[in-house]
Amino acid sequence: MSVLRPNASVMGLPYTAPGNAPRGFTLGEHVDPEDPLEVGNSSNPHGKPRAIGPMGRRFQPYKNNGGTVVAVSGKDYSVIASDTRLGSGYSVPSRNVSRIIKLTDKCVLASSGMQSDIAVLHKVLRIRLTQYQYAHHQEMSLTAISQMLSTMLYYRRFQPYYTFNVLGGIDAEGHGWSYSYDAIGSHEKVRAVCSGTGQNLLQPILDNQVEFRQTAPEKKPEELSLEPCVELVKDAFTSAGERDIYTGDIVELAKVTAKGVEIEKFELRSD
Amino acid sequence: MLGELEGTVVFRELLALFPTSWLERISSHPSSEAAEKTVTMSGFKLTSGSGRFERDANVQSSASGEPIRHTQRPMVTGSSVIAMRCVDGVVIGADTLASYGSMARFRKISRLHKATDMCVVGAGGDLSDFQQLTTMVDKETNRDYCFNDGHGLSPKAIHQYVARVMYNRRNKMDPLWNYVVIAGMQNGDDGEEAKPVLGLVDLVGTHFESEVIATGFGEYLGLPLLRKAYREDITVAEGKKVVEQIMKVLFYRDARTIDRVQIATVTKDGVDMGEPFKLETEWSYKAFVDGARAGDMSTW
Amino acid sequence: MTSSGNAPGGFSFDNVIRNSMLQQKGYAPPTARKTGTTIAGVVFSGGVVLGADTRATSGPTVFEKNCQKIHYIADSIMCCGAGTAADTDATTQLISSQLALHSLATRRAPRVATALNMLKQMLFRYQGHISAALVLGGVDFHGPHLYTVYPHGSTDRLPYVTMGSGSLAAMAVFESKYKEDMTADEAKQLVYEGISAGIFNDLGSGGNVDLCIITKEGKELIRGYAKENERKYRRPAGYIFPHGATPVIAGSEQFKGPEKGFSVVAEVAPAQDTMDVSA
Repeated sequence: MSVLRPNASVMGLPYTAPGNAPRGFTLGEHVDPEDPLEVGNSSNPHGKPRAIGPMGRRFQPYKNNGGTVVAVSGKDYSVIASDTRLGSGYSVPSRNVSRIIKLTDKCVLASSGMQSDIAVLHKVLRIRLTQYQYAHHQEMSLTAISQMLSTMLYYRRFQPYYTFNVLGGIDAEGHGWSYSYDAIGSHEKVRAVCSGTGQNLLQPILDNQVEFRQTAPEKKPEELSLEPCVELVKDAFTSAGERDIYTGDIVELAKVTAKGVEIEKFELRSD
Repeated sequence: MLGELEGTVVFRELLALFPTSWLERISSHPSSEAAEKTVTMSGFKLTSGSGRFERDANVQSSASGEPIRHTQRPMVTGSSVIAMRCVDGVVIGADTLASYGSMARFRKISRLHKATDMCVVGAGGDLSDFQQLTTMVDKETNRDYCFNDGHGLSPKAIHQYVARVMYNRRNKMDPLWNYVVIAGMQNGDDGEEAKPVLGLVDLVGTHFESEVIATGFGEYLGLPLLRKAYREDITVAEGKKVVEQIMKVLFYRDARTIDRVQIATVTKDGVDMGEPFKLETEWSYKAFVDGARAGDMSTW
Repeated sequence: MTSSGNAPGGFSFDNVIRNSMLQQKGYAPPTARKTGTTIAGVVFSGGVVLGADTRATSGPTVFEKNCQKIHYIADSIMCCGAGTAADTDATTQLISSQLALHSLATRRAPRVATALNMLKQMLFRYQGHISAALVLGGVDFHGPHLYTVYPHGSTDRLPYVTMGSGSLAAMAVFESKYKEDMTADEAKQLVYEGISAGIFNDLGSGGNVDLCIITKEGKELIRGYAKENERKYRRPAGYIFPHGATPVIAGSEQFKGPEKGFSVVAEVAPAQDTMDVSA
């Protein structure tokens, strides 16, 4: 069984032959393996250059704008965070583009991936939630939202939203939960998860510090309460900003408790 | 219904070639609207009940019967657009060159378009796609004008409209190959003072607002200078100088730029499209001119 | 077929044919670490100023936050490197030692043009396979010199130059702020601003600004001329792991046991003895 992660290739996404599949993915305008005029394209060294128009480039419908998203949940809270750097290739078109959306008073979504797909996904979600509210005179529950998001993603199975979502919130019993998704709707209910370009750097820290993996049973500390958890997320994000070039500038961090949603911001390095 | 039938091609003969079970499956649909159900395959639309195939207007085909391959690359192109949001308005600049590959094809075109009294749209990328886009925006603003009800598209609305058009076209794999910059003054609610707005949309639908925007080669050469020059309290007059200086740098280092530029501003008094003018450039630093020495085959 | 004993020098090409065969059958060869970089130099009236960022990347990951990209060639010649880290390191080292021998043989102080010729001849010989893009600067008998060397061996001689993925950001600053007859301080400020533009606007570049000022009197290498990217947050509690937090499989005898059963046993340790990894 496999889920779709940022380094996977799907239909419609940049194609890579199995032989020269890259490790990880590249951001921005992807190198077209068919295009001999593409700079740095070595997959077709013996092919003759073909004339393909004065600009010599072909349309790529997908691009990855990078960024990291995290959701960590405890007994009665959930913390959802995302940085705001919009990356493209080696440049930063904008340092302050929000990827986080408050869906209800008990649920926040953060998405990394392609900015235009994220924007549309958030718009459609907003519409569906408003319609639900008018129809049922109540806010949609966390579990219902988590299922609806999966359905919405799978609806575009063959032209996926290139988004990697984490959803956090508190359920009807008041317990905090996080949900992680792949681009086409496979999802899982967990305690702590992250997605995006900093995933490989952050997930092991969350596994060890939130779920206490690789820790002897009798040495496991108390479960994190809200404030230590926020400190952990801030520290982990700062570390990701140190080592992942697509994570940086500003982080928006949402704290979901029974009292509602509170959003704070803090800075990362901007190089 | 009549309107839909106009201009459609009916393929009664083709009907015999398809398994009848298809039609049965559709006509036995439990919904009461079964008569309206259609199935689309390979560019033909099969409408149940009517028992005929029509060409699906959404899927075009070429004369040879193959699906159309959309234009997927730019032809006549413009280079950078440079823009800065200031405290009292917005500045947006572009050179006046349209290139055909490496050829400087048209030297006196404008890549800035006055969309409304309070909004300028500028673009790099394919020029014909940009003209198509401005036609679409003008259609919207014209309708508002005809209603004459005092309402019109605000810069933010135009930004959002262009973003939706661009995203829709990329979904159809038929993009408008442009990087579009929207600059304008947005009227606040309840008579609040108008605020400057600056936004970008690209060919895959990426859209955001920012205090400084540079597209094309300007993303690499212009953006660092814009960010360096930007202050919270920078004025339009200062911003114009910054944009002009950046256009100069682009002329030095971007081979698809010329030294004839147009700088437009939007302030509370409305749009000033600005007259195109020639940049003053410096080519005679003595280190470049008389640096060459014997035994050293290079410039200075 | 290995080259041992009286080795002819140069690279070993022993496995080239085997490797190309493997590659055709779908084996992906390991990739070298390519550093996105901003390097630059400016000539002023009495010398040259070289500058570099300090980030080394491998794909989207930062491998080294404070590496030195200004390499030593001779006492009054330095060379900034962009491209594949191993290539720039090895190339500058090789040329440095050859230049030292040349200097001893000719009994003259090394000249920048000599280093330039050695570099371009070496890089041309390898037809761009050594991906080193260099900014070479120094002061010699003839005065200050500044050059760029491209991976294929072409060179340029200009009053201000930039290289690497951040070269456009740095060049934009140079083009708008360069003046004739700058003082050393003005030149330092200009190079700093150029490198800084690369650091903040190019994702391949980052970290600190290194500068090197070379004049007739000597050279000064300033590591961390500007440090504008220090870590902004650290968790106050740090990370304290109590002794025995990691499950230990006691004794290798467990692996040899006939039943192959593993048992997890926590190590007994003094209570107050903890490992602090917060710093």
